[in-house]
Amino acid sequence: MSLRSAHKLGTGLVAGVAVLSLAACTGNTAADDGGTQAGGTSEAEQGSNDEAGDTVVIGFSAPAADHGWMASITESAREAADAYEDVDLRIAEGTNDVNLQISQVETFINDGVDAIVLLPFDGAAMTPVALQAMEAGIPVINVDREFEDPNAARVTVLGDNYGMGVSAGSYICSELGDNPDAVVAEIAGIDSLPLTQDRSQGFEDALGECGLDVDNRVPADFTPEGGERAASNLLQAAPQIDAVWNHDDDQGVGVLAAFENAGRDEFFMVGGAGSANAMRSIQADDSVLKATVVYPSTQGADGIMMARLLVQQKALGDLVEVEVPREVQLYAPVVTADNVEQFIDTAFES
Amino acid sequence: MSDDTEVSPGRGLPATAVPVSPTDPTTGGPGGERPARGRLGGLGGSGLVRNLGLVLALVILCVVGLVTTGERFGSTANLLTILRLAAVTGVISIGMTFVITGGGIDLSVGAVMALSSVWCTTLATQTMARDTHWIVMVGAALAVGAACGLISGLLVSYGKVVPFIATLAMLASARGLAEIISQRRTQIVDVPGFTDFFGAEVVGVPVIVIMFALVAAIGWVVFNRTTFGRRTLAVGGNPEAARLAGINVQRHTVLLYVQLGVLCGVAALMIISRTSTGTSTHGTLIELDVIAAVVIGGTLLAGGRGTIVGTVIGVLIFTTLTNVFTLNNRSTSEQALLKGVIIVAAVLLQQRFAARSKSP
Repeated sequence: MSLRSAHKLGTGLVAGVAVLSLAACTGNTAADDGGTQAGGTSEAEQGSNDEAGDTVVIGFSAPAADHGWMASITESAREAADAYEDVDLRIAEGTNDVNLQISQVETFINDGVDAIVLLPFDGAAMTPVALQAMEAGIPVINVDREFEDPNAARVTVLGDNYGMGVSAGSYICSELGDNPDAVVAEIAGIDSLPLTQDRSQGFEDALGECGLDVDNRVPADFTPEGGERAASNLLQAAPQIDAVWNHDDDQGVGVLAAFENAGRDEFFMVGGAGSANAMRSIQADDSVLKATVVYPSTQGADGIMMARLLVQQKALGDLVEVEVPREVQLYAPVVTADNVEQFIDTAFES
Repeated sequence: MSDDTEVSPGRGLPATAVPVSPTDPTTGGPGGERPARGRLGGLGGSGLVRNLGLVLALVILCVVGLVTTGERFGSTANLLTILRLAAVTGVISIGMTFVITGGGIDLSVGAVMALSSVWCTTLATQTMARDTHWIVMVGAALAVGAACGLISGLLVSYGKVVPFIATLAMLASARGLAEIISQRRTQIVDVPGFTDFFGAEVVGVPVIVIMFALVAAIGWVVFNRTTFGRRTLAVGGNPEAARLAGINVQRHTVLLYVQLGVLCGVAALMIISRTSTGTSTHGTLIELDVIAAVVIGGTLLAGGRGTIVGTVIGVLIFTTLTNVFTLNNRSTSEQALLKGVIIVAAVLLQQRFAARSKSP
């Protein structure tokens, strides 16, 4: 039950700016309603949660913005904070050096901020300092990469990597379902990362449901160069393909270039993460890219929302609970030409 | 400029080297002697002035911090935050000062630190540490660092591989080996004695800050008051003259890289205690911060001249800068830009000082 509502919630969070659109997500048509609220920082349906309260000082720290998705994390957090006059956001953005990120959090603790929103470069490595913050009475909102110790965060906002694989697999199943001999290829991200392993597992499981399997699998590295290299090799390995799932839309730029150069278009491709670029392409229907599965880059913004509610002792509007939940896992919806309108406003620019 | 540095072994000229260099035909005849004297005369004065310049820069930064953020900057807690951040980079920078002064460079420090951190936190090492004593982990970290330093040193001195290339190769291989051993996963430390010791505070000062202070103090004494330090200056200033003066240049070069490797091991222990993890991503690009701190400190990249005090202040300047930026809620991109400006300004100033000390 809680998982389901978390998913519903997730859809809303993806579609619009979190709490505002949450108000619309009461019914069973969460996704649709969320969609009409997209981009909805409008004052339309303000619940009591949006009324200005005591000023909340939030410290925010995330890894270096070295690709589109990560850049959007900080950007969307900033936008979320700007939408509230009672949020004072201190951004110590952008470092892949855990030593430095720890000192940023230490600075927040010294400053006595009201809450800390943290997307750690390495969840395990940031656990001690997060625990320190929690012990100092500062609630920590953990985003995307989980801490080692559940006590190190009050709220955890996560994407759904396994779910991404499932969404991509189910979509390919629905397109190819009647053909058990169809050739399915997968262009993964960095293979050694747990998140890549989760995505591939979900993909495999979902394909298994309709009797398909992954015939060709090549790992890339989330960069356009890596995607181009991996896709070129894939095309050599597989003379005929029916469907491709590419884990990441940033590397997808290179993947599509490789397909273009080779003049291959006998298949359709599903992307991953959900960049605005990919969505525009889906909308225009100008390439083999027909769908993408979202890994929300608005998680940072959701973290800010949670922090604000937490400090102001408010609850999530549409839950019965009087406290902000412990964990929110966002949904990984499939975006196609049919529903791209709904998602394109919250997509990230790569 | 360059011929000048070659001739001058700096203020810590080894006693044995003094009579040799003028009589030695290879180091240049009468022409080579003059700038040497100029430098020796200049160093006493301008060295002090140069450090004063650095101290001034640090003071200005602190004033900016105090003015813009007041007590938040000046508090003891914030001071300790700065020092904890400085400790890891600082320890490696002390070792790097020796290597650069000795005419070398080491690009592999971050990778060696990562490999040390990984090796010392493997399941096997941790199990052994729990069964025996946590000091095993310390031994492992230092030994791995020393071994990497030894390999780099041997490649440079006996293999005649240019330091830049030898240590670039070490950078790639050490990081690769760290990834293989850890399977690119983050290894969590669960040895109570270890975390208790390194996470502790002595009269309010964190252990890793004390370690940094100790390394800096020992580094200063070795650099300025021992034969090892004088030999380092001689080797970096003019290896040929140093050799003729009876210094085993090759062995000394190996030792320089080994001591830096050991200090990378120390840095690994510090980062493990700070994060409670060992991973192959620790210390990524730290070599750039380290080299930047050493160079703005006043150590000559070409070798033959160096200063430990300058390096420590250099490290503090960069970490204080980071802290002031964080406190003021400024973006790290602006900070990176300013860092570049500071490096260029420092080097230009150094050249000014060098030119001035030469002119009389």
